[in-house]
Amino acid sequence: MTNHWVDIKNADLVLIMGGNAAEAHICGFKWVQEAKHVRRAKLVVVDPRFTRSAAVADFYAPIRAGTDIAFLAGVINYLLENDKLQHEYVNAYTNAAFLIDPDYGFEDGLFTGYNAEKRSYDKATWRYQMGEDGFAKVDPTLQDPNCVFQLMKKHFARYDADAVSNITGTPKDAFLKVCEMIAECSAPDRVMTILYALGWTQHSVGSQNIRTMAMIQLLLGNMGMPGGGINALRGHANVQGVTDMCPFTANLPGYLSAPTERDATAEAYVAARTTKPLRPGQMNFYGNFPKWWVSLMKTWYGDAATAENGWAYDWLPKPDGSYDVLAMFERMHQGRMNGFFCQGFNPLASVAHKGKVSAALAKLKYLVVMDPLATDTSEFWKNYGEYNDVDPRQIQTEVFRLPAELFAEHEGSFTNSGRVIQWHWKAADGPGETRGDLEIIAQLYTRLRDLYAKEGGALPDPVLNLTWPYRQPTRPSADEVAREVSGRALRDLTDAAGNVVVKAGDQLAGFAQLRDDGSTASGNWIYCGSYSQAGNLTARRDNSDPSGLGQTLNWGFAWPANRRIIYNRASCDPSGKPWDPKRALLRWTGTAWGGNDVPDMRPNAAPEEGVGPFIMNAEGVARLFAPGMIEGPFPEHYEPFETPLARNPLHPDKPEVTSNPAARVYKGDMELFGKADEFPYVATTYRLAEHFHFWTKTSVINAVLQPEHFVEISEELAAEKGIGKGDVVKVRSNRGEIKAVAVVTKRIPVLQVDGRKVHTVGIPLHYGFKGETKPGYITNTLTPFVGDANSQTPEYKAFLVDIEKA
Amino acid sequence: MALQSLDIARRSATTTEAPQVRHTEEVAKLIDVSACIGCKACQAACMEWNDIRPEVGHNVGIYDNPQDLDDKTWTLMRFTEVEEHGKLEWLIRKDGCMHCADPGCLKACPSPGAIIQYANGIVDFHQENCIGCGYCVTGCPFNVPRISKTDSKAYKCSLCSDRVAVGQAPACAKACPTGAIKFGAKEDMVHYAEDRIVDLKERGYRNAGLYDPQGVGGTHVMYVLHHADRPSLYAGLPDNPQISPMVSLWKGIAKPLAMVALGATALGSLFHYVMKGPNEVSKELEDEMDKEAALEKEDAK
Repeated sequence: MTNHWVDIKNADLVLIMGGNAAEAHICGFKWVQEAKHVRRAKLVVVDPRFTRSAAVADFYAPIRAGTDIAFLAGVINYLLENDKLQHEYVNAYTNAAFLIDPDYGFEDGLFTGYNAEKRSYDKATWRYQMGEDGFAKVDPTLQDPNCVFQLMKKHFARYDADAVSNITGTPKDAFLKVCEMIAECSAPDRVMTILYALGWTQHSVGSQNIRTMAMIQLLLGNMGMPGGGINALRGHANVQGVTDMCPFTANLPGYLSAPTERDATAEAYVAARTTKPLRPGQMNFYGNFPKWWVSLMKTWYGDAATAENGWAYDWLPKPDGSYDVLAMFERMHQGRMNGFFCQGFNPLASVAHKGKVSAALAKLKYLVVMDPLATDTSEFWKNYGEYNDVDPRQIQTEVFRLPAELFAEHEGSFTNSGRVIQWHWKAADGPGETRGDLEIIAQLYTRLRDLYAKEGGALPDPVLNLTWPYRQPTRPSADEVAREVSGRALRDLTDAAGNVVVKAGDQLAGFAQLRDDGSTASGNWIYCGSYSQAGNLTARRDNSDPSGLGQTLNWGFAWPANRRIIYNRASCDPSGKPWDPKRALLRWTGTAWGGNDVPDMRPNAAPEEGVGPFIMNAEGVARLFAPGMIEGPFPEHYEPFETPLARNPLHPDKPEVTSNPAARVYKGDMELFGKADEFPYVATTYRLAEHFHFWTKTSVINAVLQPEHFVEISEELAAEKGIGKGDVVKVRSNRGEIKAVAVVTKRIPVLQVDGRKVHTVGIPLHYGFKGETKPGYITNTLTPFVGDANSQTPEYKAFLVDIEKA
Repeated sequence: MALQSLDIARRSATTTEAPQVRHTEEVAKLIDVSACIGCKACQAACMEWNDIRPEVGHNVGIYDNPQDLDDKTWTLMRFTEVEEHGKLEWLIRKDGCMHCADPGCLKACPSPGAIIQYANGIVDFHQENCIGCGYCVTGCPFNVPRISKTDSKAYKCSLCSDRVAVGQAPACAKACPTGAIKFGAKEDMVHYAEDRIVDLKERGYRNAGLYDPQGVGGTHVMYVLHHADRPSLYAGLPDNPQISPMVSLWKGIAKPLAMVALGATALGSLFHYVMKGPNEVSKELEDEMDKEAALEKEDAK
């Protein structure tokens, strides 16, 4: 979230799209109700199903799964056509005025530079025109045909209400009603928040779904505003923390881009990631990359990381390719991976295409499952009849289960969706032989280190030199790790005049103190300052809220820098006055920025200096045109890889742009995409209020509340197929089939799309063969093995099935 | 559960006067149906606090689970899909004991002290005095009490009288994540409901209102409904609940006579009549209400 949970109460309009907050984020949903009841805010839900969020909405609009970009691009077109923009914001805080290379173009669904063979783009023309002064050229009048604003207008003009309705199936009047409600928020004193979750990320165009919405929020002037922003509601209590600490091989902690095989030396690696300002006077915060990275390396390798050895750069792994979840299971499936360590993860149930995952796991030599529960994955080899029909005699994988404690059985921190890091304390001992995660990892590490020390090995240095400063090496405490992550001075830090500002050994107050000369250590620059000399700030529990805006600055610690709303400089006009005085977050006091949040700006940057509020961008402004995206600088509607239409209605004669032309598809998987003639119905998968992923099916109470796997279909489809309420049905995709109980409901809309009727089959995912719920099939038996082009998140939300009475 | 810290107002089959010197505030639980997302956290909290675990059942094609109240299910979300003016609505109502000011169950109960009404309005079953006759089931206009197959005693929501006795809100209210369940003084709850009703009317629900049916003297569990003119839309919430005339008869005239004639063979058949009668009466009442509703519709045209 750019904003935070409590801040939702400051919204005038809450849009829930690409998510279902009432069912998947129940506790946070209280702030939606607060906004409705106290501010009299309106709630709009756009979803393929009439969800429990829709049940309490002021307006619900149906949409075909996988067509959100078309809907949102239509909203952009509506805002541009009807001049519902916050002009001053767009001119000052976005790259609308920037001039783009005249060779950039878009034709027949493809941007310039496409290579069909490689399914990727050469982005050479997706760039700013650079002036002789070394800065990007701009046209503040927005009239130049090559300026972002004009290119954007042209790009989105195709998305009129009829085209949108034709693609999405949303009735035209419902679409226009949503547009009107959104457009009202272009006024500086009206703000919309958008709550989304996996309903946007789990598509082959997932990142662009979110980006399209970000563009809308920029055009409305809602980024940085209390009650505004782009708000990703995260699934697990600490999945934000997991992301921050680097679960992906493409990142190091704090979202630092990780080295690859192409980065031969430390200098080259750092230089490629240290940006230079694209406009005069901008903060260009990424210019600080060397300080963050060197401090990380000092945390990991201490004295062994020196300027001479490039801060131990050679010891960092340089992956030879992608290692995202799909790539991992692809490698495993090809027999190119021998062992798999699975911590708090149930991939048999949660990764797409269970058949492939199961076959991949069977090719491993060993599988380690570290989990509080006996997961489905840990018994992938065991026959559970029709629910897991495998032959254990054919599977040689050795499986180890390491029982781990649950979160309440040890202390530590959670980072919630709003980036607030909160300490939690131990409530109970874990049962039986369970151990804490830290202890299990430490035991593994110290034993591996001893083996390397004794026996040598191919490359012992990264293991032997790792800093391991814990009082009990086999049982590090969460407190020690939290201190280490936040960071400390390794030598006395002095200011320009030679005064000591931080003594050697003291905890750092924040990332502004990090240096690139090896004198500081911080395990994650964005967490720097969360554990300062004042103590563990994540353990603070002062909920005083002097502004009344929910800005409880002394409750826990929000990254970065305890800032609760990021881009908050944009809540003020260029002269430094709040756009909406009733929702004042910050203001320029004449000498400094001050107010109810930690300013996202150099504190003494006077408005006249023209320092842009989007400090992480070298431009200083937000990008309506974003060349960093894999499949294009502007979002374009592409069909899901399994589409009921067999064509992209925007480009009917261009089969190569039916689906995302830059998404990665593995050999053999393209053939496994189902076609509409055999699998005529759109399927989408989702979570229920009563369950939490694959965890609560092991709990009796949750099992009582939602005991058995079901699928939801419309009354019309049920009548057509002779399916009655409560009948057992068989749902088939091109990858497998499941059986479940039919819930026949008015809540699944039947849509008119591109001249035909489209039915949806809704499939919850919580069930499996382990647990207290009735034994069931694993939903991901059905889902396709293809991901978003940018993040590789699998396309769980839109694929094709057939359904019949079992 | 016997709770000495709560004053008793009424006790089943007992003529002893209750203490009346101390003043006790009437409490109420307000369920704002328009703010409820049907997450069933209240059901989970009820099971946790009261330590009751129904069987893991089946899905029978609906979201309601378990499908009905029982001796181990004291509250239950009931889901109804209705189309109003071409607009789909998913009405979600938390069902359970309404804690009537004039409780039909207590009036019908022949066993001294099996049903207690506290001065704060909570109606509580004391299983140690229950004889399992099932009159409370018949006497209830909301079809709430259930007889256990294990011990043949009647069970229902206690409004967490044990929690309320020590100044805590009922478990369901405490667990409700959206504030759809509020608990406090009845007066305050009515006042809070007024604000919610203004909000709902502004959002176009012309007939939004409070459900606090006077036919049972008002209730200590109340609903804010978007369609207060048609409570029955909400999974058959009675439009105009009343204690069956047979229970009133038993309580008003017949019971003293019966006491006199204790031991007479007539008693058994009277009991039988009381038990079976009201079902028919309520069926008749329902038919009549349907007729009235139909007439009203015609009038509206």
